[in-house]
Amino acid sequence: MTKLLSLHDAVQEYIHEGDLLYASGFTHLIPFAAGHEIIRQGIKNLVLARATPDLIYDQMVATGCARKVIFSYIGNPGVGSLRRVRAAIEAGEIEWEEYSHFSMISRLQAGASGLPFMPMNPTGNLDITTQNPNYKHMKDPYTSQEVVVVPPLKPDVAVVHVQRADVNGNAHVWGILGEQRLAAFASQRVILTAEEIVDESVIRSDPNRTLISGLVVDAVCHVPYCAHPSYTQGYHDRDNAFYLAWDEISKTEEGVQAYLEEWVYGLPDRAAYWGKLGTEVHRRLHAGERLSQPVNYGDY
Amino acid sequence: MTEEVSYNANELMVVNAARLLRDHDVVFVGVGIPNLACNLAIRTHAPNLQMIYEAGVIGAQPSRLPLSIGDPTLVTGSTSVCSMYDIFTLYLQRGNVDVGFLGGAQIDQYGNINATVIGDYQHPKVRLPGSGGSMEIAAWANRCYIITPHRKRRFPARVDFRTSIGFLDGGDARKKTGVRGGGPEAVVTDLGVLKPDPDGELVLAALHPGVSFEQVQENTGWVLKQAADCLVTEPPSFEELRILREELDPQRIYI
Repeated sequence: MTKLLSLHDAVQEYIHEGDLLYASGFTHLIPFAAGHEIIRQGIKNLVLARATPDLIYDQMVATGCARKVIFSYIGNPGVGSLRRVRAAIEAGEIEWEEYSHFSMISRLQAGASGLPFMPMNPTGNLDITTQNPNYKHMKDPYTSQEVVVVPPLKPDVAVVHVQRADVNGNAHVWGILGEQRLAAFASQRVILTAEEIVDESVIRSDPNRTLISGLVVDAVCHVPYCAHPSYTQGYHDRDNAFYLAWDEISKTEEGVQAYLEEWVYGLPDRAAYWGKLGTEVHRRLHAGERLSQPVNYGDY
Repeated sequence: MTEEVSYNANELMVVNAARLLRDHDVVFVGVGIPNLACNLAIRTHAPNLQMIYEAGVIGAQPSRLPLSIGDPTLVTGSTSVCSMYDIFTLYLQRGNVDVGFLGGAQIDQYGNINATVIGDYQHPKVRLPGSGGSMEIAAWANRCYIITPHRKRRFPARVDFRTSIGFLDGGDARKKTGVRGGGPEAVVTDLGVLKPDPDGELVLAALHPGVSFEQVQENTGWVLKQAADCLVTEPPSFEELRILREELDPQRIYI
């Protein structure tokens, strides 16, 4: 049975007020189109989890979608401060829960694996482990050495962008993999967005590249250029100029509101957004071509 | 006769950080100055240096200067790409990383780093980005280098928040926590190089050319000791600067 839905319908059906949302992607494959759709639909009180909230959560926090953020690095990657999330925290307007990258990812690993917690080696009794009660210390039952443990993270819903998927949600992913796979397997519901919807035979031609199984996917949405201003390896480049521009836009609430009016509320969907960016931007972000060598799976 | 060349603070820090790297080191690296330092080392004295990017890329051969930790140019042509969980476990936690680079808003007398908040954690005066991968890098890389401009507000006697571990309060405090790595070996600034003494306290190990001890003391928030064998660093060479300016960062984004 096909799981194909428009992004609008998938967000409406699978993302609810108050949900813990994980929109995945470490710099790469960040599903901005889904963030924009959530903003358009006015879904509120979300708990937004991401290792790097990035501009997608900066925009969502600015519109009041979120009551809380869970993160391990709140910066504008390669640029500096993530201004709206930072301002909301400094003003006490939003709750937050903080980890290091590895402890955040370990929480997802526990959630994705069905484990009660995940151990990690000691990092030195640092202040975050006393500020955040989710960090616990215990003795390794085999050596009696101390380990640090963190609980599973089980989002209500994940949005995961991929290069290509079939209509059942079996997805090929390449390039920087971040926490894509863990986010999908840790979550109760999964919306998959894909640059291309391909025939099942394409997926079956290279099963080792299938990082996400249709088994855990609820909706498959065909959303080319979903990740802009981040990127999709082999499809378009990262828009570094926009990451720099956001540093200016996000200095004031008015700047952010004007941006959202023009680029989110004022547009129906991602196709309109990509069109509005214009041919000059399309050309600048063109990925070019460097193909991998095919492998022989054998004719068995 | 050596030619007199001028250089800026960032070039000085990149060059001095590069010189600390050894051939065959496996380095866990971010973008910006550490990335430049590694690439400079590869092109000078450490051709077999291996770079591992936090985003999960091993053996990158970027054809342009990467502008973010997850730049796609790091992926194309690399030897391996893995997930975040894999990079932090199979490579870093497992002990396969020789060198980690760290930075932060504050570095204290014992090399502990604050990248989290200025002021109270629950009611921060300034909210900084937070740990990212630095909590684990500082604990698990065999040795760490810190690169930062030398300003008094950046070098308090004690950091407002310990984001990543140096030598805690000194003595055997670090060792007692059971972390596997050896801790910070050097702090490279635009005034000189600080290194930990046997108690873990950062002391002045080298001055850059033309800088006085008093200048460094004025920009340091504790009573700074000077190592008995305190050196003066060699100025950046013409060749080091040429590689940086012409090959690595021709648009002068980081230097």
